[in-house]
Amino acid sequence: MKAVVIGCGRTGSAVGKGLAADGWDVTAVDESEDALGRLGPDWRGGFVVGHGLDMTMLERAGVSDADAAVVSTDGDNTNLVIGQVLQKRYGIGTVVVRVLDPARARFYAERGLNTVCPTQTAISVLRDAVNATQLEPSTTP
Amino acid sequence: MYVVIAGGGKVGSNVTRSLLEMGHEVTLIEQRPDRFARLEGEFGPVVIRGDATEISVLERAGIARPPELLLAVTGDDEDNLVISQIGKEGYGVGKAIARVNDPRNQAHFDLLGITQTICATTSVLGLVEHEVPEHGMVRLLELQREGLEIVEVQIESGSPAAGSRAGGLSLPGGSRLISVFRHGRTELVEPGTVMRPGDQVLAVVTHDSAPELRRVLLGAR
Repeated sequence: MKAVVIGCGRTGSAVGKGLAADGWDVTAVDESEDALGRLGPDWRGGFVVGHGLDMTMLERAGVSDADAAVVSTDGDNTNLVIGQVLQKRYGIGTVVVRVLDPARARFYAERGLNTVCPTQTAISVLRDAVNATQLEPSTTP
Repeated sequence: MYVVIAGGGKVGSNVTRSLLEMGHEVTLIEQRPDRFARLEGEFGPVVIRGDATEISVLERAGIARPPELLLAVTGDDEDNLVISQIGKEGYGVGKAIARVNDPRNQAHFDLLGITQTICATTSVLGLVEHEVPEHGMVRLLELQREGLEIVEVQIESGSPAAGSRAGGLSLPGGSRLISVFRHGRTELVEPGTVMRPGDQVLAVVTHDSAPELRRVLLGAR
């Protein structure tokens, strides 16, 4: 099974390495050649340098026959556009898009894009952590 | 008319000025503090500061009214696409016009249903092509939604159509000759109109049939 990871920063590189370890045939894409370093010395997957909206580059990275794609560049709007292009033009079945702004993540999720919002996750986890403390029995005398 | 404009660069600020002079109601959104300060000095409360790709900022600009027209004219194509999508799909804005900065991104706008776009590079190239026609056929207007082009063809003495009646040409399906311009006058094309060298012929043609129309009128070059 083939996966393409677009945006190879802290998140993208870790997801790419994880998927490769899970047995996926992974190609990573980043604007900067330096990103290859984040994949580590043992990286056996593909690596393509270019912008995620450049269709020639996307096709070189194998989006035409990819089964899944992870989009995690550092720009929300760039990710939203790339995600929709991968879904609608290349018909990739599983497309997961990182969006930091909760409002935009929700807006596009309601329209059929699989968005993941780390900010929303942090908000929920932080809130739950505080609420959990409150519910424990009081130890103050 | 109420217009929301995202992006206060050269395009956004000049369009804002013109629309205000024409008596329209405008809200202009600009993110950069320096630019915002300058625009606020000129336009006052018409300008609001913020990232126009944020839904709350668009709401502050009155996207929910909704405006009759939304102009997404920032210097970033992805931003323009997202602004247009939020306006049209989220708030029922009837008409959104987006600026395409890099013509290579045009295909993405088309794919995602943002059909009304403006691209300075493409416009300039169109003008260049009109001055220096490369294939003897100049595209004057492209009607994206209809899938049609209005083209101009210059008949040369060696063109296969030269000397033929319009009715006798085997034009491809999806094409019509409209008019010929000769000796400083325009005539509508009738079946009996004879094509002559030097004629400038206007035609309407579907995208797919354009190469075949060129072949019939000008031959394979």
